[in-house]
Amino acid sequence: MIQSKSISARVGKVVVYTLIILMGLICLLPLLNILAMSFSGSAAVTANQVGLVPVDFTLAPYQKLLGDEQFWRSFMISVVRVILQLALNMVLIVLMAYPLSKSKREFRARGVYMKLMIFAMLFNGGMIPTYLVVKRLGLLNTVWSLVLPGAVPIFNVILVMNFFAGVPKSLEEAAIIDGANPLQVLMRVYLPCSVPVLATVALFSIVGSWNDFFSGLIYITKVQNLPLMTYIQSLNVNIADLVKGGASADTLASVAAISNKNLNAAKIIVSTIPLLAIYPFLQKYFISGIVVGAVKE
Amino acid sequence: MQSQESMFNLMMLPGMLFLLIFSYIPMVGIVMAFQDFSAGKGIFGSPFVGLKHFKYMFSLPDIWKIIRNTLTIAIGKMLITTLMAVIFAILLNEIRVRFLKRTVQTVVYLPHFLSWVILASIVVNLFSLDGSVNQALGKLGFEQCNFLGNNTTFQPLLILTDVWKEFGYASIVYLAAITSIDPGLYEAASIDGASWWQRTWHVTLPGMLTVILLMSVMNIANVLNAGFDQVYNLYNPMVYETGDIIDTYVYRMGLLNHQYSFSTAVGLFKSVVGMVLMIGVNEASKKFTDARIF
Repeated sequence: MIQSKSISARVGKVVVYTLIILMGLICLLPLLNILAMSFSGSAAVTANQVGLVPVDFTLAPYQKLLGDEQFWRSFMISVVRVILQLALNMVLIVLMAYPLSKSKREFRARGVYMKLMIFAMLFNGGMIPTYLVVKRLGLLNTVWSLVLPGAVPIFNVILVMNFFAGVPKSLEEAAIIDGANPLQVLMRVYLPCSVPVLATVALFSIVGSWNDFFSGLIYITKVQNLPLMTYIQSLNVNIADLVKGGASADTLASVAAISNKNLNAAKIIVSTIPLLAIYPFLQKYFISGIVVGAVKE
Repeated sequence: MQSQESMFNLMMLPGMLFLLIFSYIPMVGIVMAFQDFSAGKGIFGSPFVGLKHFKYMFSLPDIWKIIRNTLTIAIGKMLITTLMAVIFAILLNEIRVRFLKRTVQTVVYLPHFLSWVILASIVVNLFSLDGSVNQALGKLGFEQCNFLGNNTTFQPLLILTDVWKEFGYASIVYLAAITSIDPGLYEAASIDGASWWQRTWHVTLPGMLTVILLMSVMNIANVLNAGFDQVYNLYNPMVYETGDIIDTYVYRMGLLNHQYSFSTAVGLFKSVVGMVLMIGVNEASKKFTDARIF
């Protein structure tokens, strides 16, 4: 009896560990496959011989990529937009979250501001009207068209606002007695206590603007101004266009031969490296961020 | 404290200005859905045509097709992602080897942070006619299939690749829910001789139920968001029949075909339904649980 129970428990354990490892592998293997392809010879990649280990190991795709001026121009545009977006988002989030974290008694206009923000979160003018505003402001084809429309991430303002509301009142009162004005209270009392939530929203901002290709798709028409994701996306479409034009098997084969799959793989890897670089920090903070955001009273 | 409040207003000012310019002014532009808008005449010069574009929209067979596609894809993603996330959280909670647990978590959360632009190339690589999946099928003696160009396989492909990307991230709240279950309940169940299944079924799942319900209710607000980024990066005219969703349709009609008024009308329809759903869901969750979205 006891024997059989411990056997079934052991079998259960094996099943659980196997399933978990399997789920991990399913997430990991496609990424490793791309990594291996980026280090493999063109012929081997085209013939689909590459699994998880590079075949005909070569650095040629990366050397070729180094010479791709547009890739690096787009890379730098993405870096610049991430920095601008981060700075703008953080300043606006903090400035708005602090007054909004006050009670209605301390800040009578709070209710009106909250209603305006929530309405803007729920409802929007849609793609074309927003496009026309960006166009009218003369922002098309500039990095500002990628940054300014997303200047206020409302959900993140609310996240930080909730966090600020939980900061002990006594700290603030002490600072006010010492003669600090609201801006000084925010800078010296609130910000130092709120590092985790600020890190969370900062990382959301970085990931969001690095990954966004849609703004580039609608606001940027000149290739030399494209951010990285939109640039990579435009390359994907070019190949897909050839394929979907009802091309014959022969054409498809020749397209595959010239499509430089290993070079594309190298592009994917390089454009992912910035995210991988901040991923450890992301992992440290986003868990607390998402739990706070999802289950709040 | 008049001075303090004016300081607060001053702090709100820059952000509100941005909202005015990039959220509220575009809302005024919605009138073009009721006009025959032309860029030359502008919003103030274009003739009003009432509900013409809405009538036209609902007379198109296309609109019902894209609404059906949007709902099928979005609901499919939600159901399977939730299911996978819950299963994953329950299984992961059983892992006692800390190193393995951390590693698996690191790996399954990662795809969430990658752009669909990147992931689409990976998906295309795997599932195209000459991709690895078809090669494996060929070796096993099955018929090869153009997953990305076939109307039967395209929706399942969208749903499953999205589940692949998101289930790990979605499991975070469920893991948090499991850790907050009172360990005393497990001890009591063990003393009563409950097996792992029984403990999972009678302690773990009921303990997660509130969070599962809450997340599902919040998902309802998103049933019209089938995932523009994913569909746009994976679809092609061969699979418009089952792959075209509201957002991709609005994009093609508006920016590619320059039907500004019609595209805005379709977008407005989506926004209004989305907003009604969001408010309804928020009211419901305020009423039935302690949590709310805003």
